[in-house]
Amino acid sequence: MNQDFEPKILGFFCNWCSYAGADLAGVSRLKYPANLRIVRVMCSGRVEPTMVLKAFACGADGVLISGCHPGDCHYQQGNYKTLRRVPLLERTLAQFGIHPARFRLTWISANEGQKLVQVVTEMVEEIKKLGPFPGTRARFPELAPHLSGATVIPGGAIPAPGGATTTVGVPGATLVAGGETHD
Amino acid sequence: MTDTAHGLGAGGPAAGSPGAGAEDEAVQARGKLKLAFFWAAACGGCDVAVLDIHEKILDVAALADIYLWPVAMDFKYKDVEALPDRFLDVAFYNGAVRNSEQEHMAHLLRRKAKTLVAFGSCACFGGIPSLANLFDREEILDWVYGGTFSTENPAGVRPQPRFTAPEGELTLPEFYAGAYRLQDFVPVDYFLPGCPPTPEWILKAVEAIASGNLPPRGAVLALDKTVCDTCPREKTDKKVKEFHRHYEIIPDPERCLLEQGLICMGPATRGGCGALCPSANMPCRGCYGPTREVVDQGAKMLSAVASILDSDDEEEIRLALARIEDPAGTFWRFGMAASLLGGRAFDAGSAPPDRAASATPPAGAGATPPTRAGADVAARGGKK
Ligand code: SF4
Ligand code: SF4
Repeated sequence: MNQDFEPKILGFFCNWCSYAGADLAGVSRLKYPANLRIVRVMCSGRVEPTMVLKAFACGADGVLISGCHPGDCHYQQGNYKTLRRVPLLERTLAQFGIHPARFRLTWISANEGQKLVQVVTEMVEEIKKLGPFPGTRARFPELAPHLSGATVIPGGAIPAPGGATTTVGVPGATLVAGGETHD
Repeated sequence: MTDTAHGLGAGGPAAGSPGAGAEDEAVQARGKLKLAFFWAAACGGCDVAVLDIHEKILDVAALADIYLWPVAMDFKYKDVEALPDRFLDVAFYNGAVRNSEQEHMAHLLRRKAKTLVAFGSCACFGGIPSLANLFDREEILDWVYGGTFSTENPAGVRPQPRFTAPEGELTLPEFYAGAYRLQDFVPVDYFLPGCPPTPEWILKAVEAIASGNLPPRGAVLALDKTVCDTCPREKTDKKVKEFHRHYEIIPDPERCLLEQGLICMGPATRGGCGALCPSANMPCRGCYGPTREVVDQGAKMLSAVASILDSDDEEEIRLALARIEDPAGTFWRFGMAASLLGGRAFDAGSAPPDRAASATPPAGAGATPPTRAGADVAARGGKK
């Protein structure tokens, strides 16, 4: 374990309860580890599994989703949506080789600043024990020479070869075969 | 096969050689398309799909000369290497890129062809072969050369990329750490998804190429809506209490399969296949990949499944979702290489995927991949 390792934890906090809870923690001068970066979303139901996977793909060491307690959602049903997504997402993350301590769903209301402190502190401690999330880039060395962006390019999007913007694909027409540069 | 091969033009290997002989010049005068087909980490289905266009193959034959088609004709790689750059009009590449030979051919065909088409789901998204990205190279080799029921390998022999025999050095392509998409190595001009692509779209593609009437470069040759949008089944926004495996129920032939508790990938999958599977009472498996708006097909499907579940009770939700075995293998069946992570990370202390959950391997040495810490993998540097 690396003593100096400070995990980066991305928090998706709902506007109405959890973000307000974090605000309260601040106003009350409660201290919580600076490892948490909060993204304010209108509702925890807005947090799609894609966003969690993308956070890990982009180098987060942990992801925390926080919403209003079930029954208290500003939009009535939003956090139930989260509740339905998370069990499957957790199992999927495990299959993707992501340790369960790196992902957490919690409910924090606007007056639970103290709970925020506790959850974040726990999470940081657990992730410190695990070390940085290794990601998959080092695992796939064959891709390394070809990766330019910050993350794996999702299906369908192709990098413009050599910056060329030509859209001509007609036989006989000139294409920039960027693949040549790899040889 | 020889007859067909001859009927398809080019004839024998000689025609593929450079030097532009008399026959070659005649071909150019006729303005025939010069094509190549290549299979990489593939099952052969994509090549069969080309033959599946039946008598239309004769139209293709009239339009085209073939310079490489390993499944059907005897050309050598060196014949292709000897062609002038950009000599071929179109190269169709099917299969994922899984070893160094396949990567070499990706670069070679990119260089020799004006247009490179990722043919089929494996070339487009990694396909079924990229599900192996949930395991690392050593686990795969352990399993294949030791763990499977039918393996008899008491000496623990493993294939080596190099071997020195008295006659000289023998080499094998290097087995990569993952299975990748064609576009991970070279720019791809068109994507023709499907497992395999349907004859309809193959013909459309060939006709478009022949007529020069092509969509913008980088286009996916399919529809820009979902399978659901093209599915004839009746959707009522009904929610479900439980999910079923396909063999457990006899689905209503008219109603949406997802609304009957079957995991149908239609909502997260690009249309164009004509909703073949749901029309035949089979849930969509997702072979056409994601639509343009979707970043990650599997993650999108996770959302869709959550929104169809009718429960607000945590325990009930967990139980219902537990019925979905192997979420990664189901939702990323054709697109692990195209997923945000591309495969499994080797996190410290995380358990390897439970192979026993999806198969029933025999107990015994090598049957269970050893647990590895991320540090271990890092120490191996990802290379063997
Ligand atoms: S979920 Fe499947 S069965 Fe239902 S409409 Fe979509 S493709 Fe058709
Ligand atoms: S319904 Fe789905 S699995 Fe079947 S052919 Fe179409 S895209 Fe592929």
